[in-house]
Amino acid sequence: MSGLIKSSIARKVAMALSGLFLVFFLLQHFTINFTSIFSADTFNDLSHFMGTNPVVQFVLQPVLIFGVIFHFVMGFVLELKNKNARAVKYAKYNGGANASWMSRNMIYSGLVILAFLGLHFYDFWVPEIVYKYVEFAPEDPTRYYGELLHKFESPIRTGLYVISFVFLALHLWHGFASSFQSVGFNNKYSVAATKFAKAFAIVIPVGFIIVALVLHFTH
Amino acid sequence: MSILDSKIPEGPLADKWTKHKNTINLVNPANKRNIDVIVVGTGLAGGSAAATLAELGYNVKTFCYSDSPRRAHSIAAQGGINAAKNYQGDGDSDYRLFYDTVKGGDYRSREANVYRLAEVSANIIDQCVAQGVPFAREYGGLLDNRSFGGVLVSRTFYAKGQTGQQLLLGAYSAMNRQINRGKIQSFNRHEMLDLVKVDGKARGIIARNLVTGEIERHAAHAVVLASGGYGNVFFLSTNAMGSNVMAAWRAHRRGAFFANPCYTQIHPTCIPVSGDHQSKLTLMSESLRNDGRIWVPKRIEDSEAIRAGKLKPTQLSEEERDYYLERRYPAFGNLVPRDVASRAAKERCDAGFGVNKTGEAVYLDFASAIQRYGKEKALTSGIENPSAAEITKLGEEVIENKYGNLFQMYEKIVDENPYKTPMMIYPAVHYTMGGLWVDYNLQTTVPGCYAAGEANFSDHGANRLGASALMQGLADGYFVLPYTIGDYLSKDIRTGKIPTDTPEFDQAEKEVTDRITKLMGGSGQHSVDYYHKKLGKIMWNKCGMSRNEQGLKEAIDEIAALREDFWKNVKVPGTADSMNPELEKAGRVADFLELGELFAKDALHRNESCGGHFREESVEQDGEQKGEALRDDQNFKYVAAWEYKGEPKDATLHKEELTFENIELKTRSYK
Amino acid sequence: MNLTLKIWRQKDAKSQGKIVEYPISGIEGDMSFLEMLDVLNEELINKGDEPVVFDHDCREGICGACSLQINGEPHGPDRLVTTCQLHMRMFNDGDTIFIEPFRAKAFPVVKDLMVDRSAFDRIQHAGGYVSVNTSGNTIDANAIPINKEDADDAFNAATCIGCGACVAACKNASAMLFTSAKVSQYALLPQGKVEATERVLAMVNQMDEEGFGNCTNTGACEIECPKGISLENIARMNREYLKASLKG
Repeated sequence: MSGLIKSSIARKVAMALSGLFLVFFLLQHFTINFTSIFSADTFNDLSHFMGTNPVVQFVLQPVLIFGVIFHFVMGFVLELKNKNARAVKYAKYNGGANASWMSRNMIYSGLVILAFLGLHFYDFWVPEIVYKYVEFAPEDPTRYYGELLHKFESPIRTGLYVISFVFLALHLWHGFASSFQSVGFNNKYSVAATKFAKAFAIVIPVGFIIVALVLHFTH
Repeated sequence: MSILDSKIPEGPLADKWTKHKNTINLVNPANKRNIDVIVVGTGLAGGSAAATLAELGYNVKTFCYSDSPRRAHSIAAQGGINAAKNYQGDGDSDYRLFYDTVKGGDYRSREANVYRLAEVSANIIDQCVAQGVPFAREYGGLLDNRSFGGVLVSRTFYAKGQTGQQLLLGAYSAMNRQINRGKIQSFNRHEMLDLVKVDGKARGIIARNLVTGEIERHAAHAVVLASGGYGNVFFLSTNAMGSNVMAAWRAHRRGAFFANPCYTQIHPTCIPVSGDHQSKLTLMSESLRNDGRIWVPKRIEDSEAIRAGKLKPTQLSEEERDYYLERRYPAFGNLVPRDVASRAAKERCDAGFGVNKTGEAVYLDFASAIQRYGKEKALTSGIENPSAAEITKLGEEVIENKYGNLFQMYEKIVDENPYKTPMMIYPAVHYTMGGLWVDYNLQTTVPGCYAAGEANFSDHGANRLGASALMQGLADGYFVLPYTIGDYLSKDIRTGKIPTDTPEFDQAEKEVTDRITKLMGGSGQHSVDYYHKKLGKIMWNKCGMSRNEQGLKEAIDEIAALREDFWKNVKVPGTADSMNPELEKAGRVADFLELGELFAKDALHRNESCGGHFREESVEQDGEQKGEALRDDQNFKYVAAWEYKGEPKDATLHKEELTFENIELKTRSYK
Repeated sequence: MNLTLKIWRQKDAKSQGKIVEYPISGIEGDMSFLEMLDVLNEELINKGDEPVVFDHDCREGICGACSLQINGEPHGPDRLVTTCQLHMRMFNDGDTIFIEPFRAKAFPVVKDLMVDRSAFDRIQHAGGYVSVNTSGNTIDANAIPINKEDADDAFNAATCIGCGACVAACKNASAMLFTSAKVSQYALLPQGKVEATERVLAMVNQMDEEGFGNCTNTGACEIECPKGISLENIARMNREYLKASLKG
């Protein structure tokens, strides 16, 4: 059983599973955001539900935070270990000849996403927590849409968001499809699964970008 | 009466081995623990012997010059392994495999050994399958066989074109199991530099750690030499760059007789030499001859035009081609044994019909096979009125399925597409049937020193059949030597550990270090390769596919002179006490320079043509066989075992008469 | 053609190494890469320098001895070949070629371009075998039919030559492709299934102990593998390992 905790394969599987969980979260997050560009009410309703439902708040939210932290801490640990596995570097290394840029630079796309998460928490999560659990301000089910619009007024912030989503796409491009391989899923359905994952890696971040741009330019 | 005792057991041929196993002495398991065995070489013979000896309970030390036992040159064998399983129900049997092997060897091998080989062959397949060797299978899940090397039954088991690799990895896995159990100590990047004898018995070796340059002493109760063949005496061969005769030659110098050194197999289907830079030759599996047709142009002008690049082979019509094997040997055609096919290619090229820029190449053409398979495939896939292009495409697919990896390899090396234009091939040195003389127990003339696999001379006579080398290596290592060595070791159960701080080891180590000092101290005029290439040229021109008295006499003198020059003027850079591949090569070439001379001497004395040894003086004078090799059973039906007496030319000949009680001696005819 | 070679020279495992530049001329397209190095070495010897040390043996792409990171890729720019099968026609007159040893902490340099790949052997010692005696007294080879597809997959995995290109190519110096090829070969065959659990645990454990990096599925190993060993093997090993861990 110890292999389940320490071994290289277990860590790889853990990365894959936490990643898959985050992919699922991303889909959910995107779905809600997407409603904002055609219906402020739907967006407010869904946001209100997510913001006040105790299961979401006290079970799913901590799990998500743990998932995020686990994924990036494990990512760093593995990166350090992997760097260490080649003490002397090549004078000439032609990594592009045999592997995609995305697959070779997960740590950098990951770092950009991590930085973005900082901004994103600062923008939404922290004010939200302060609003609900520090100031105990009265709940207003229609406040979410307005707050959202306010955030996307700044062209700089919108620009940062767009760049971050590009990196998210790069990260997902390798990460999502590769998680199947990590958990041992490689059979006749793999080609289809990989295609789906690659499509997802484009569609979702592009969707987020559209939401950001629409909110910025239409208001 | 010869001093050679082959120790062939009494009794009927088919019972000899069983009877022998029943009567030889055994060592009890508790005593095996106290007995050490050294195995030099970790190819099929050495690897399988080491694994089995360790499994039986002996303490085994293995030595190989590579960084891992898995890299021994057995790994390069492509075609397959014979076994008298008769899975195809085509009439195969132990006797038939025995018969084919003795006949293929031109009646120059020992009946009892060959029969034993055939007898244990079926076991090899069982063993390898149990080890997880992934042989080719049919759709029903059973093992597939193919016909190979001019025999009339399908008895060859194979794993695509990588049978040697798969079998070697099987033996290596068996070794790994014993290494994990602590029963084998594996000394990689080590080379045996001498055999140590104590009281006349082999009791250890002196080895050099190739990484540190350290000279080490290793003692044991018996020493097994499974160090492969000596084809690299020709410089260019299909052997690995490191393949060498050192272990066997050192044992020879210590008293082990060297048998039939002149028996060399020249393989007909190799990729021709492209230039002076060539470091080795690449074999294309013999299985290609099942579908490829060999030819040269009928008119010498066409050959000249092709050599000059003015004509393409595909431009020649059927009538303008000379399918010389089909013409000369209608019964066997392109599937005649290796020696016959090789000589026929040389004959055509010597006559000026060669087809590459060096004039030393013939065509191996798949065009008709592609057409034949294409039509069959179109028929079976229900394509009506297929176009010529469709047929070619289908046919090429069939050929690709069968030989894809070989075609790819050819294209990489030659830069021509063999699906579209015929391959070019030429014979190359491939295997040496000669080797250390061993008795029925695989013991050399030095007590306690055994030889297995290509390193011994035992089973192939004057010519080896395709897919038999792997069989012999594994038979020796898994099933013969581990039994027979027990008989010898049973007398050693009270000997105790062999010490290495004895005068014998001191002396052997001193000789080794003196030799290294001498090699390092040459005047520095020429590199080791310079001498190796020169030796190779002499060997190829005068001791190659076709030999005559004058050439052989010249070769003896030239090699002796070259050897003298070598010891005076060789240049070995670097130091002896560190990793030094040039020093390794120098030691090996020094031994080749002695072996080469003995080789020529053996070839000179054997004034007959048999198997791979073709003497121009001994050919049929008339009749249907006119010009073909003429064997002389009256005068040469013996094994020539040479005893070392200082200079190779002074070696003493000992004859082991061969008796054939179960097989009638015939002229090999493939007409 | 004329070339500039930039070759890693290192006296022994303990010494510092460095890239040394050698011009070379008269190279023909028909030469293999190693024959080109032979030419260089012959020149160095005649000049009184020490020749460049590199591993090589069969020179036909099967022993797995030759290595070399050539212009940043193991076994050079060609595909499905080892360095000994790489031909100089892949290069152009005037090219500069970097030649370095396979780099990994688990593959320490022995000298110049030669590295110590015994870590691979130790992974195999840990479990790369079927525990069956070599006596030949086993069941008949045809007693257990094996589905052709499985037999072929097992064969394809078993064609690994243990050269280490997968490790050299991987940005993480991971040995997953090598290890998984062996695990797969046995996992696919009924003879190997008996010990599948112990085998995968032992081999992966040894692999980790040797200091190889972790697989991040970049796929570089598969591209650079001279024998085209498939990434499917890694997926299979992951499965086998998870199964075994849950059981064990």
